[in-house]
Amino acid sequence: MSRVLRVATGVVIAAAAVALVLVLPHWLSDAKAAELARAGCFFIAIIGLNLVTGYTGQISLGQGALMAVGAYTTAILTADHGFRDLWTIPLAGLVAMAAGFAVGLPARRLSGLYLALATFAFAVAMPALLKRFSSLTGGSQGINLFDQALNRSTGALGHVHVLGRTVATNDFLFYLTWGIGLVLAGAAWLLVRGRIGRAFRAVRDSEVAAASAGINTGFYKTLAFGISGFYAGVGGSLFVLASNWFVSPSTFGFDKSLLLIVGAVVGGLGSLAGMALGALFIQFVPDWAANLSNAPGAPSVFFGAAIVLVMILLPGGLGGLLRRLTEPLTRRL
Amino acid sequence: MVFAVDWAGVAQQVVAGLSSGGIYAILAVAFVLIYRATGVVNFAQGELAMFSTFVAWTLTQHGFGYWPAFVVTVLASFAGGIALERVVIRPVEKASVLTIAIVTIGLFFIVNGAAFWIWSPEVKSMPNAFSTRPIRIAGVAFSISDLGIIGVSLLAVLVLWLFFRFTKLGLAMRAAALNPESSRLTGIRVSWTIALGWGLATALGAVAGLMAAPPLGSFDQNFMQPILLYAFAGAVLGGIDSALGAVIGSLVLGVFLNLLGTYVSWVGTDLRQAAALAVILGVLLVRPAGLLGTTAVRRV
Amino acid sequence: MPLLELRGVAARYGGLQALRGIDLSVDEGEIVAVLGANGAGKTTTLRAISATVKTSGDLVFAGERLPRRPEAVARTGIAHVPEGRGTFTQLSVDENLRLGAHVRRDRAGVKADYDRTLQRFPILAERRGQAAGTLSGGEQQQLALARALMQRPRLLLLDEPSLGLAPRVVADFFAVIAELNEQEGLSVLVVEQNASLALASSARAYVLEVGRVAVAGASAELQRHESVRRSYLGY
Repeated sequence: MSRVLRVATGVVIAAAAVALVLVLPHWLSDAKAAELARAGCFFIAIIGLNLVTGYTGQISLGQGALMAVGAYTTAILTADHGFRDLWTIPLAGLVAMAAGFAVGLPARRLSGLYLALATFAFAVAMPALLKRFSSLTGGSQGINLFDQALNRSTGALGHVHVLGRTVATNDFLFYLTWGIGLVLAGAAWLLVRGRIGRAFRAVRDSEVAAASAGINTGFYKTLAFGISGFYAGVGGSLFVLASNWFVSPSTFGFDKSLLLIVGAVVGGLGSLAGMALGALFIQFVPDWAANLSNAPGAPSVFFGAAIVLVMILLPGGLGGLLRRLTEPLTRRL
Repeated sequence: MVFAVDWAGVAQQVVAGLSSGGIYAILAVAFVLIYRATGVVNFAQGELAMFSTFVAWTLTQHGFGYWPAFVVTVLASFAGGIALERVVIRPVEKASVLTIAIVTIGLFFIVNGAAFWIWSPEVKSMPNAFSTRPIRIAGVAFSISDLGIIGVSLLAVLVLWLFFRFTKLGLAMRAAALNPESSRLTGIRVSWTIALGWGLATALGAVAGLMAAPPLGSFDQNFMQPILLYAFAGAVLGGIDSALGAVIGSLVLGVFLNLLGTYVSWVGTDLRQAAALAVILGVLLVRPAGLLGTTAVRRV
Repeated sequence: MPLLELRGVAARYGGLQALRGIDLSVDEGEIVAVLGANGAGKTTTLRAISATVKTSGDLVFAGERLPRRPEAVARTGIAHVPEGRGTFTQLSVDENLRLGAHVRRDRAGVKADYDRTLQRFPILAERRGQAAGTLSGGEQQQLALARALMQRPRLLLLDEPSLGLAPRVVADFFAVIAELNEQEGLSVLVVEQNASLALASSARAYVLEVGRVAVAGASAELQRHESVRRSYLGY
């Protein structure tokens, strides 16, 4: 397909995505909007994970822990320091970015199983650390922003006034998360196509070759972790807002990190549309599984089976399927 | 000040630590087996061991003694592991290692969920494998159970070592893990060696679970998760590169954690896990190859 | 009937067509050479036979169609020594040899062959317990051959045995091949870059060019024809 055509298709898809986000809440129930808002948070975190694992080839089992860093940044700043919640979002991203660098710096010497175990240990340790520093984090009780009406831009049960219009809270959260998500997705798209993205891919494909070509692999690996941290932080921050303004150490246990990597791979590493699908997968399939049967353990079985089936039938993930479906369309153009 | 050490107490704790370490070692070897043969990180290793243990428990509830249930379960787990590989892993064996890892995560959810679905969430308890009476050696009282577990662990590892070193099949499996291409040219059915590897790993997991359950008194479907964590820590400490490293690292870790728990009063269960995490992170930061591992030479 | 026959065999690596329909045969007890420049498809020809690459066309061995999985091909009596020798470098020399006999069921025969192999390759006997990766290039080539022989094959496929070896070592190697061919009737299909050596050691030869057979005939003839030598063999 010619380059012009490809760019044009990209623009059309982006425009369609924006339009979809703007229009969708009209057809959604309040509850669904809230769920989709949370999916939006996963979407952002998964994009970050895709950058470090999919594009740079560094497996990270700690994305959930980085989300926790962002979440707690927002919670602490809003609850204890009177920040306006929305303004903490970029701050949460930056703090989590720093955490990402802190993880990435020692991790750059590791790879494969070693890296997986290191990030796994980090993810398992995070809830324990959060409980330990209870003076800062509220310990096992977590932090509840529900009462912080003054610092919250979003009304508790009512509506939000933004840009001169009145919007239902959950709709607002939906716009917020997916709006930021699309912007960050666009940023990721640019990053991937630029010099940094090429360096990432070089590191993934062959570290030795990349190093021989003069690429500072350690730097780029650390950078990838840092950037993924930013995305996780923003996602985590939004997640607090979208989860009834509450966060506790168990919100982002190792299971979240596991869920995120599942979402990234099921979505299809290397496909931004896939990341959205992956986020929807991990948000909605567990619920669907719970609806099938609420016998203890049954939802887990169905969810696991869904994961296995998708991976067996679609090794390229959901994004890969999407690409295959849309190819005949684009080829005919 | 007179420095009096309760050597008897230390000896008892060392033995107890070796006993726990032995369990971690078996699970670590199972994990390393699959990893070295296929490059796959089997997230479901612990849950499969748990499932096997529950199957054994059911047998004991239907008139089987502990050891008959043990034998049946280990054999069934071997077969189950092979079946699992053929049905779930083989369809994706050509995909990336990450994809296969995600499949094992799916397996984790399935097996964990199935265990809750089939058996109720209330805690169970397992009949004892060994006598609970103490035995006196050189005037010190040791738990027969601890010694028994150490014995079984060492025996399992020994049998495995003998298998890989001296049998034709074991050699074929090692070759397939090292160089699948050349192995095929020699006529080795690499795909089946992988299935066999899964069978062995699942059987080993069953042994680990069955050794771990009785001393716990009561256990539920999540009981293998901390043990898997300790097994990882032990494997990392000794060096994931080799099964021997995984074994020695696990034994050392078991002793270390036990002594830590006994002699440092503020270390409770929570902190045991934290200590294990600290070991993992510490080793990976300082000497990723572990105590016995050699830094891998990367092929260009 | 030839022992091995290829008719219209094609093979591709992804988008790259490596073989475009080649016809080739090896008679029982023959040594046949496959020559050509880099990328002509020589290695791919051997891979097509041992089913380590996807092929189309007819591949017949001892009257039967060759199976399309390498493990099964090994069981029909074909031993493939790949490019780079394919030694199990982390296993010992002894273990490499034992692996060679993997497909065989006759324990006594394997034992006898093992002893004979150590006699024929004394250097391997000396280094039996060493890791194969610690052997020199020439020794590893011997090991690769010995391992293939442990299979007691009817047809031996050799891919660039002279690669990276000193001329004296290569000469010795081919002497052993010749001996095996004469004394035990071992059929050999050898791929070589070193055309003069290959022609001197074989009865017939095929010269490949971009995935096709350009010239075929008796090795002695090909050696004599200057035009053939200049165009295809570079000397």
